[in-house]
Amino acid sequence: MTFTTRTTGTTRQKNHALLYPRFLWQLFLNSFRGGPAFYLWMTCLTAIAVVGLGAYAHQVNEGMRITALTDHVSWGLYIANFTFGVGLAAGAVMMVIPAYLYDDHEMHDLTIIGEILAIAAIALCLCFVIVDMGRPDRLWHMLPFIGRFNWPISMLTWDVIVLNGYLLINLHVTGYLLYMRYLGRKPNPKVYVPFVFLSIGWAISIHTVTAFLYQGLGGRPFWNSALLAPRFIGSAFITGPAFVIVLLQVIRRVLGLQINDRPIGTLRSILRITIPVNLFMFCSELFTALYTGGHHSAALSYLMFGHEGKTALVPWIWTALAFNASSALLVHSKVGLRGLNAACVLAFVGVWIEKGMGLIIPGFIPSTLGEFVEYIPTLTEWRITAGVWALCLLLLTLGIKAARPVLEGELAARRAEHS
Amino acid sequence: MAETTSTRRRALKVIGATLGASAFAAAAAPIKHWAENLSLGEVLQKHYQELTPEQLKDVLSRLERETLRKYGAEVTIEDIRPEPNTSFGYALNLSICIGCRRCAEACHKENNHDRATNNSYIRVLEMQKGSLDLEKGNAHYDHPVPAPDKFYMPVQCHQCDNAPCIKVCPVQATWKEPDGIVVVDYNWCIGCRYCEAACPYHARRFNWKAPEIPAEEINPHQSYLSNRIRPQGVMEKCTFCLHRTRRGQLPACLEACPTGARVFGNLLDPNSEIRWVLENKRVFVLKEELGTKPRFFYFFDE
Repeated sequence: MTFTTRTTGTTRQKNHALLYPRFLWQLFLNSFRGGPAFYLWMTCLTAIAVVGLGAYAHQVNEGMRITALTDHVSWGLYIANFTFGVGLAAGAVMMVIPAYLYDDHEMHDLTIIGEILAIAAIALCLCFVIVDMGRPDRLWHMLPFIGRFNWPISMLTWDVIVLNGYLLINLHVTGYLLYMRYLGRKPNPKVYVPFVFLSIGWAISIHTVTAFLYQGLGGRPFWNSALLAPRFIGSAFITGPAFVIVLLQVIRRVLGLQINDRPIGTLRSILRITIPVNLFMFCSELFTALYTGGHHSAALSYLMFGHEGKTALVPWIWTALAFNASSALLVHSKVGLRGLNAACVLAFVGVWIEKGMGLIIPGFIPSTLGEFVEYIPTLTEWRITAGVWALCLLLLTLGIKAARPVLEGELAARRAEHS
Repeated sequence: MAETTSTRRRALKVIGATLGASAFAAAAAPIKHWAENLSLGEVLQKHYQELTPEQLKDVLSRLERETLRKYGAEVTIEDIRPEPNTSFGYALNLSICIGCRRCAEACHKENNHDRATNNSYIRVLEMQKGSLDLEKGNAHYDHPVPAPDKFYMPVQCHQCDNAPCIKVCPVQATWKEPDGIVVVDYNWCIGCRYCEAACPYHARRFNWKAPEIPAEEINPHQSYLSNRIRPQGVMEKCTFCLHRTRRGQLPACLEACPTGARVFGNLLDPNSEIRWVLENKRVFVLKEELGTKPRFFYFFDE
């Protein structure tokens, strides 16, 4: 896509209140331009999103009885995906940390990709929270000042603050960089760099607060562990880099941008540490629970080995462990890009299972009165889940598409500088 | 040539957009149906504690009209406030409970629970003698009671003084009343179910669908914070039958108990039976180590 540069010296003073909406409108129009492959991709995603919407409309009308959720397992696929999404959003700043903290200029150019991924991932989280609500019509009760916001006591209110704050920070940085490009001006570091640093700290906070949602509940021994937040951060630093490694290659191929292998190498080194660390922390939990025995081990031993013939989660967790372990081996062996991609997919799916079927669901099994009621998501839940993911990928695609001139411009400038 | 291609492309886009928009509208149609059943007054209603007396009066009469329209039953919904100098407590004698589940049944009827799911705020666990391990308990026993080597442990809301459910609620839709009862504003709850995850006693229930009750079975004596028919998609819980107990009656579960295992009363009244039990029996609370400070006590006779 190409933006026509409309600014001259006189319009510079013109108010941004008019120009910025026009820029957003251009972005929107731009989302309808592209080749057949782009159209096919976008149509598929839209179709999946519409199927999800249909399922959701059905759920709103019929009530959540059409999910497999019960008073025993009262959170399921939606909250699992929400939790995973927060990790993805936090992990997306892995692009930002080497770029700014260690002044890696090659990564600098690509941080906008991480920021866009963060925006799409936060959108995913917010959608999953909304589809999980029994009364979406009362969403306004959560608004500070208008509703009744139980802050600072409820961890969920903290989560609302940090997630929306993170969304705003990333929207600001991305929006500013793209807008400057649209105006044909050089971005002023004072306007966005402080926010980049803020986003790094904030990224840690979003996943910490999300872990605190669960680990602060004394009635759920499986979650009530101080290791939960470190585990969340550890696994976020797997999903973010793993996703970005694959994404960079897709961008390179589809948009024909010159991205060399160095940033990918940096992210790979991160994975070399975080995948084994995540496994280590899981094993530490496993040891504490199983060696001690008693109540604290009930959920974990149900998860790993089942309970009196109830084994719904057993295949999930062993798949996750197998994926995580093999991705650990792959990133440490001398495989090429293809092997690395395989490792990324394995790690991504492995963590997705570990956070969902391996963490949210077993928190409810056994129930607080010791009953083992299993949970197997219904088709409706899978449809809604797929729909939300499709929506998130739609946003991501549009974001990357919009960022293309920024990437092209910066990469070109960098090459010119080096030569 | 170029012109025809662009015209064709344009036509394709228009067709695509039309198809997309109609698919979108068709998919979202059930939401419209659902929204038609929502009144504006319901959507914009304020938090219970912020309603003026006039607003509350309007809300109560609106709810009565809605019950008539949706369930075909004439009911009265009152706002029953806590009595001064009252702090409720409940105790249950595990030595004489026989596990007949009449309490659960009485709760089901008194509190207008959904008939199809046979919901109740009370769950009776059949426990192995010699152990208080809940995992060894069984809530689905189906044989004559009491069975040998078993004892029975009904569990309902413990109305904790340090209630995890109140802490976690993001919108303050659940709170503790001055007489110790933890209530839910069914018209303020957003249905996130965080309280259900936080409760260590499995005391909270979610309305996975709108309750279905035949008009003739509906208990018409209702109150806003307790046994009125709950809307779809919100949390509910035991309220110690506040519509009865705040007027000097006993909870429905206690009245239904054939063995006299249940003792209810005002903890601030030194002559009450509940005080006598707490002072003279070996009393314990469930999961004391969690620091929830329940107002529901268990005790053994011998």
